[in-house]
Amino acid sequence: MVKVVSWGRLEKHDHKIITLSDSHLFQQLKSHTPGLPFGKGRSYGDVCLNPSGVLWCTEKLDRFISFNEKTGVLRCQSGILLRDIQKLIVPRGWILPVTPGTQFITIGGAIANDVHGKNHHVLGSFGHHIRWLKLVRTDGSIIECGPHSLSGWFSAVVGGIGLTGVITEVEIQLQRITTQFVITETIPYTSLEEFFDLADASETEWQYTVSWIDCVFKGKAERGLFMRSNPIELEQALAAIHHKKLITFAMPSIPIVNKLTLRLFNAAYFHIKKKQSNQNITHYESCFYPLDGLNQWNRMYGPRGFFQYQSVVPREVGYDAIKAMLSEITCSGEGSFLSVLKTFGSRPSMGMLSFPMSGVTLALDFPNKGKSTLKLFEKLDAIVREAKGRIYLAKDARMPQDLFEKGYPRFQEFLKYRDPGMSSALSRRLMGS
Amino acid sequence: MSNLIKKIVLVGATSAIAEHCARLWIKNKKIDLTLIGRNRERLEKVARDLAVRNSESVVRVCEADFTNPIRIQELVNKIVSEGAVHTVLIAHGFLSDQAVCQENLAACHESLVVNGISPLLFLEAFAGHMQKVNMGTLAIIGSVAGDRGRKSNYVYGAAKGMIERYVQGLQHRLARDNVKVILIKPGPTDTPMTSHLKLQSKRLASVEGVAKIIVKGIEQGKTIIYAPFKWSLIMGIIKYLPRFIFNRMEI
Repeated sequence: MVKVVSWGRLEKHDHKIITLSDSHLFQQLKSHTPGLPFGKGRSYGDVCLNPSGVLWCTEKLDRFISFNEKTGVLRCQSGILLRDIQKLIVPRGWILPVTPGTQFITIGGAIANDVHGKNHHVLGSFGHHIRWLKLVRTDGSIIECGPHSLSGWFSAVVGGIGLTGVITEVEIQLQRITTQFVITETIPYTSLEEFFDLADASETEWQYTVSWIDCVFKGKAERGLFMRSNPIELEQALAAIHHKKLITFAMPSIPIVNKLTLRLFNAAYFHIKKKQSNQNITHYESCFYPLDGLNQWNRMYGPRGFFQYQSVVPREVGYDAIKAMLSEITCSGEGSFLSVLKTFGSRPSMGMLSFPMSGVTLALDFPNKGKSTLKLFEKLDAIVREAKGRIYLAKDARMPQDLFEKGYPRFQEFLKYRDPGMSSALSRRLMGS
Repeated sequence: MSNLIKKIVLVGATSAIAEHCARLWIKNKKIDLTLIGRNRERLEKVARDLAVRNSESVVRVCEADFTNPIRIQELVNKIVSEGAVHTVLIAHGFLSDQAVCQENLAACHESLVVNGISPLLFLEAFAGHMQKVNMGTLAIIGSVAGDRGRKSNYVYGAAKGMIERYVQGLQHRLARDNVKVILIKPGPTDTPMTSHLKLQSKRLASVEGVAKIIVKGIEQGKTIIYAPFKWSLIMGIIKYLPRFIFNRMEI
């Protein structure tokens, strides 16, 4: 037994770790149930944990199978890191069409959580780009499916949080690129209305949009920074760099989160960025993965760990719901460095349990202070419930069952595809087994 | 020299350490790689992966009988006849169960042959060719277990110890030639071979890290590579512990 924590570091639990190997896979799955596939453990809550049970570690399923440089179709095993894929394909003129804020996750995990990125309004979520995948179940059966073959299975596996079988192989359509650089515009906003205006105005012209919002600011209205980016050709980038002085703002290396530092940090971040408030050219890595440079940033919240609360609410009620959530958070005095507000596009997700839906998503970190933190979440839950929104399973560690069932109306359909030999802390909490 | 495509042969190419060394070698350089193993299907999976990582390199696979000296000689002759080899890495082996080996001589025999004799036959076969053309590097994977016999795994340790003695002799024989012989001694490494140790939550070195040390060591032409380095210190002590202390230890 080995102690394993997820990225939020809330609880340590004993697990039996089985490193899956190509040649013994069936035997390993059959003889160690109930188990759960485990990639890099970068999901925040309990979706990747199976306390007192087995974790099937996929890190050694790390081989490429084929890559067509003309069409950008890549086939590989599921344990490969997004970083290793990017390293291989970017120099050859291709890039992962969708990536979340870290590249230290496996491609299998990206599918199982149907992750999204800053370009959701353009390219949807990760599952939209998967052409084919191979699933191995604990009864020894193999299911090969895609958006056009066994599509029911495909919709269950994409976003299926590892409960439908072990994804062993994947085929993905990559996106063509002609440059590794991006130009980012940072625009301060001082109200929620302004945020929505910026988001709408940027939707067609900008491939990547995201915003940071100051959730501890006790002003009359909200404030934040809207960031929008596009790829930029090297020559243009060089010309721009030549003409402008580029300022970079580094995160403090050992931040200690408390009310004081939080307020100071957020105020400093806002004002420094506000002064910059212009264009910035960076390599795609520092634009897409700003936190990857900070090794184990999840430890900054201390030994009790932290929660991430990420919800999405429909656009029609988005303004009111976000406003209400922010005011609850401000009142509570809890809050975080990393508060992200972003609009999703209208493309429906592939998976029965996929998170992204048309609307606006708010993601917040909260240091775990026990009861007071949980109490705040109940208030936020009420707002999400009322707005007919949902909470991201990849980040959740505590949502009540009714909110899950309301937020994910296809969950009954999903249950039919579950592998009876697989279970997670989250599935026991929200699905009863 | 830089335009010349390096020809590298991996014996036991499906072993995790060998595969990761191959990934490093192929990463930024066009090379000619021959993968030797016992199982064609598994070899081809490794080869496909390497071909994706560098589509300009040549990657070929050879299925081989690892215990038949005549077949080994034939295979090596064939490979060398297609062009002189720059580097050979001999990496096959398996961690035998000490208790089973004590009970069952067939298991004991298998461990000694697969972990000791077989790698050395490959080593000897390539050494002859390299000496003839007066060029090349021979690297072979031994183990820290070969440094001193211990009750918990002396069968495996003896096979690996034999490799060390053989390498010593070969280094002596080739000292005046332009042929390097390198002994690699990994400590416990996180590979499928040691998965049972991982279950007991033993600390294992990452295979990527070990491969990095090996590739760098081979490039520098070291004679002995401990991977990770700390094992040279640990084994330095263990090797010279007086017997009356050593025999009381549960290792």
